[in-house]
Amino acid sequence: MSQPYRTEKGGQIDRDRKISFTFDGERMEGYECDTLASALLANGVHLVGRSFKYHRPRGILTAGSEEPNALVGIYRKGDQTPNLRATQVELYDGLEAISQNRFPSLSFDIGAVNDLLSPLFPSGFYYKTFMWPKAFWDRVYEPVIRAAAGLGKPPKNPDHDRYANLYAHCDVLVIGAGPAGLAAALAASETGARVILCDEQASLGGSLLSETTATIDGKQPADWAEDTVADLAARDNVTLLPRTTAFGYYAQNFVALAERVTDHMADPDPALPRERLWQVRAKEVVIAAGSIERPMVFPENDRPGILMAGAARTYLNRYGVKAGQKVLVATACDTAWQAAFDLADNGVEIAAIADTRKIVPEALMTIAEARNIKVRTGCVVTATQGRKRVSGALLGHVSSTGAVSSAGDVACDALLMSGGWTPTVSLYSQSRGKVVWDEASGNFLPGAHPQNERSAGACRGLYGLNAVLEDGYAAGEDAAKSATGKSAKCTYAVATGAHAGEGGTLGDLPNDRDASRVKAFVDYQNDVTAKDVKLAVREGMHSIEHIKRYTTTGMATDQGRLSNMNALAIASTALDKPLPQVGLTTFRQPFTPTSFGTFATSSRGDFFDPVRKTPSHQWAVDNDVVFEDVGQWKRSRYFPKDGEDMHGAVARECQVVREKVGLFDGSTLGKIEVVGPDAAEFLERMYTNPWKGLKPGRCRYGLMLNDAGFIIDDGVIGRIAEDRFHVTTTTGGAAHVFATMEDYLQTEWPDLDVWVTSTTEQYAVIALQGPLARDAIAPFISGIDLSPDAFPHMSVATGTFSGVPCRLFRISFTGEIGFEINVPRRHGTMVWDTMAAEIEKLGGVVYGTETMHVLRAEKGYIIVGQETDGTVTPDDVGMSWAIGKKKKDFVGKRGLARPDLIAEGRKQLVGLLTKDPRIVLEEGAQVTKVPDPAKGTSAEGHVTSAYHSPAAGRSIALAMVKDGRALHGKTLYIPMPGGAIEVEVTEPVFVDKEGGRLNG
Amino acid sequence: MANPLYQPDAAEEPVLSLPAISMLKAAPLGRFSFRGRKAAQDAAAKALGFDLPQQPLTAAESSGKAALWLGPDEWLLLAPEDDTEALQAAMTQAIGDAPHALVDISHRQEALIVTGDKAEWLLNSGIPIDLDVSAFPVGMVTRTLFHKAPVMLWRIGDDSFVVEAWGSFMDYVAGLLAEPATELQAA
Amino acid sequence: MLLIECPYCGVERPELEFRCGGEAHIARPEDPSGKTDEEWAEFLYMRTNTKGVYAERWRHIHGCGRFFNAVRDTVSDKFLKIYKAGEPMPDLASLAKEAGK
Repeated sequence: MSQPYRTEKGGQIDRDRKISFTFDGERMEGYECDTLASALLANGVHLVGRSFKYHRPRGILTAGSEEPNALVGIYRKGDQTPNLRATQVELYDGLEAISQNRFPSLSFDIGAVNDLLSPLFPSGFYYKTFMWPKAFWDRVYEPVIRAAAGLGKPPKNPDHDRYANLYAHCDVLVIGAGPAGLAAALAASETGARVILCDEQASLGGSLLSETTATIDGKQPADWAEDTVADLAARDNVTLLPRTTAFGYYAQNFVALAERVTDHMADPDPALPRERLWQVRAKEVVIAAGSIERPMVFPENDRPGILMAGAARTYLNRYGVKAGQKVLVATACDTAWQAAFDLADNGVEIAAIADTRKIVPEALMTIAEARNIKVRTGCVVTATQGRKRVSGALLGHVSSTGAVSSAGDVACDALLMSGGWTPTVSLYSQSRGKVVWDEASGNFLPGAHPQNERSAGACRGLYGLNAVLEDGYAAGEDAAKSATGKSAKCTYAVATGAHAGEGGTLGDLPNDRDASRVKAFVDYQNDVTAKDVKLAVREGMHSIEHIKRYTTTGMATDQGRLSNMNALAIASTALDKPLPQVGLTTFRQPFTPTSFGTFATSSRGDFFDPVRKTPSHQWAVDNDVVFEDVGQWKRSRYFPKDGEDMHGAVARECQVVREKVGLFDGSTLGKIEVVGPDAAEFLERMYTNPWKGLKPGRCRYGLMLNDAGFIIDDGVIGRIAEDRFHVTTTTGGAAHVFATMEDYLQTEWPDLDVWVTSTTEQYAVIALQGPLARDAIAPFISGIDLSPDAFPHMSVATGTFSGVPCRLFRISFTGEIGFEINVPRRHGTMVWDTMAAEIEKLGGVVYGTETMHVLRAEKGYIIVGQETDGTVTPDDVGMSWAIGKKKKDFVGKRGLARPDLIAEGRKQLVGLLTKDPRIVLEEGAQVTKVPDPAKGTSAEGHVTSAYHSPAAGRSIALAMVKDGRALHGKTLYIPMPGGAIEVEVTEPVFVDKEGGRLNG
Repeated sequence: MANPLYQPDAAEEPVLSLPAISMLKAAPLGRFSFRGRKAAQDAAAKALGFDLPQQPLTAAESSGKAALWLGPDEWLLLAPEDDTEALQAAMTQAIGDAPHALVDISHRQEALIVTGDKAEWLLNSGIPIDLDVSAFPVGMVTRTLFHKAPVMLWRIGDDSFVVEAWGSFMDYVAGLLAEPATELQAA
Repeated sequence: MLLIECPYCGVERPELEFRCGGEAHIARPEDPSGKTDEEWAEFLYMRTNTKGVYAERWRHIHGCGRFFNAVRDTVSDKFLKIYKAGEPMPDLASLAKEAGK
């Protein structure tokens, strides 16, 4: 029979809509609104996975996101999402699920030998075994451990799904849509406040969806929830977010939510994102996260078929699924009794209720009696049987001294347990709240609220349906009032039934077994037993943080929501210290595992980072460019022709520039317009050079230091008018130089009448360099006399290029005659295309950044960030000439006088010529005095730039070498793996040392 | 609702054209960064024909020109492309020697006009500030971030915004605004 | 992500729009050349690095572009006071007291 464990009727599943799915290839059926877990249970499948360390068979333990065992992989579109909790996976037609951490199959798993070898794997075994022989670590231990560890397998292909991001703002964010959360959202939204209500489950209602013995305003709780959700959905000021987990609570009520948009759909529209990250800023937050049921720590408490009593009740009442046909209930509190009663009312045989308490409430006894349920008080489970599914349990009587004596065995096919309830304080803890121990309830509860937050209902230790509802309403009203200043009295719904229960237990339960042979699990997912926690204490771990790391308890994907309290109680007993003094580990984000896609959102591929393109981009693409990433910019690196490699292309480009003319896109250069009566004064202070004497129409190379005296940027600055300068910066330094200027202007010299404006993207910069550069631009330039006398090197003028306004600079970064045409950006492509066609007529070449680097290195021009590294002064690179000696102050002047900066032995810029002219040095290589320096000898310096120079007909290099200027003509060495390379130190100029080619 | 300064660029295809949202590239227009002290601000008002807005995050508009408050001594001046030179000349003449900086940035940035019921939602896919009309009313203007790109945002109508970004960031901004709109086309 | 009020814009904005500029009220000396090496090193490098209430510079770099100062508790990350550049440093001790420290 299909779905043998399904009830005849009841639950919120849609029995008219059958759904077919597979688990490990086996086809099964469920209903619409099932989870994978409920559908598996309906088919009688409890065994769904193998444990992490011992590979023990494991079953579905819970019905929520805290599920430690039922982690499955879901196949979709040929790829697999691992480690999903079957309790949260919604069933859809054709769903393919597979179990994990087993080989070759779930029912026969070779790794299960670990269970027999378990004496080898006590807590801290990582630190004790695999120590020797040392050589085994890399080749044997680590590969084997890595292969054995982990649960699901990561997907192999790039994620084909889309992910979305949304920043949202609200007055009140309510987390959790159980009774407290629904009531809070109702009350808060009544005032007109903007409310967001989120819940990790598919249906809003929380525990109301599993509650059948109470009424709210005379309705069944699930019906009341449905009506309330409809009411909220109709309110414009309310956003309802089912399937949405609040996974991170950050500063100032910034809460991250992960919405699962399509995972529940059989055939999602590819237009939809799979998940959406909500980055919510809430004025007030109501946490209504509820509580979760605590496992009982008894021997072999991990067999398939053993599950939480509350979960069994949810499977029955919400999904119409019976956990078994003959059920034993082991409990320490009242609530599990209701699970037994509900199951009994649905025709399930209750083998017994074994309660650890000697005295249980009379009312419960009466109901049990009416249903002919056997009750065993003062009883614990001391053993369970059954390999792939529980088949029975041994019970033991606990005497007043704590001694345990056998109380017989009970056959069963399911065992429900309840150690009591633990309030979910994870998000409260993430908000930096400190929990406080509540002796009466034996729980940690929220203490003071460091953020604009309040907890409502069971997550603050409040039980009983009506009390929880009232608490929710009050929290919603209070939150809305704090957020908006408005109040509106909301009519409270009244609940009857579902009263608060009593009882509960913490820690491991007593038994009559040989302690060394007992496995009573505390943390299911990480296979941590009570014995492991005790061993950790014996071995000296006295802080809960140490115990956690030594045993890995609480480090599972539920972050210890199930295990922490039991582990703490066991440690507390072992340490003989009151529980609150042992302390609780910190709950951290994320609340449940969150996919990388959710964090990445749409910032992937082309949108990971802005890709900034220059006006020549399309031309370059059309002409087989090889691009280089410079920050966010795509810059043309070189243009290979006819199968050239980079070396060939660069050699050709260099040669043509020096012989004829080259075209280069310099648009990425930073540009800043400095304007105002004090513009020159400001530049005097910001740059080492003098500016007041520079005449309009002239340019000067500027060097910028920080106040420590080190070079941070350089560039040519042109004076456009008395009160207006056109400053250029390096491509990479543009933003920083601009910010530095603003910093000094606003905070040190606010009295100066000068303002800076970034014009980097106002202008496209098209550079022409080479002996024919003037000929190339002359046909297009109007309004500027280009003759050498009228427009010499280091000039700037305003004119037009083909009718478009332009600022023309006569400057050079190659040592050749050079012009830079600055035109308003949108005209850049026109100018580029015009010049590309023109230089072709002249036999010129288009060149990229690689050639630019070679040409400038041949001239010994530095690149900030290549020759300099933030510890280099102007004198170090031979630029003392750039310092305005008469200036009283400039940024960096005092720094340059620091003892270390004027000391002997600083590294200085030099040229290096390899003895073998064919060898191009490696940039970054160390420079030494002898070919084979003794270990520990510090280097004399390092190579900063090295290229093959077509103009020099050999390799060249620039280097920073200790006292380098005194070493010209001397021999040094570059030790490399293949042997030391001999080099001669020279001045750092290799071409046209007199600089005559610049003029003309 | 449209703003007379921001006209769709007839040469460009719509970036998005859906029932709930349209996104159009705006035609070029004249833009100046104006910085200056009180005397220059007062003089600028004469050239503009209206006072520079002093209220943070607001804009003033009249006779085809606009001044947008971007900082306590910084405004973005807008004029139709053909009036760019005339505005520059008028400003320079009116302000004379009063310390100020007027810099043409017409080409530095480009604009998108984002209109529709889903405009707020779409912009909030990358802009971290509250765009509810109660928090960001019509007429409000600010610089902020869209994902990793600095942008200027001006609300020109209940469901209409102008997004400006530097030219080289526009592909990123337009692309990342179009991407999340994909889901609006889901069945 | 912190929420920071810009004293020039008069609104709270997410931290993304801002850059922290280090400790506030460290003025660049009028005449750096008159400072000893020790004094200059002090200006360049020495910061109080307070655990607790501390005045620092922020810039609304992706907003109005202005620098301003803020008193922040570096333990709780809470801003206790925000004020414009050029205004005097508030009494940190009394701010700390108000914040209950």
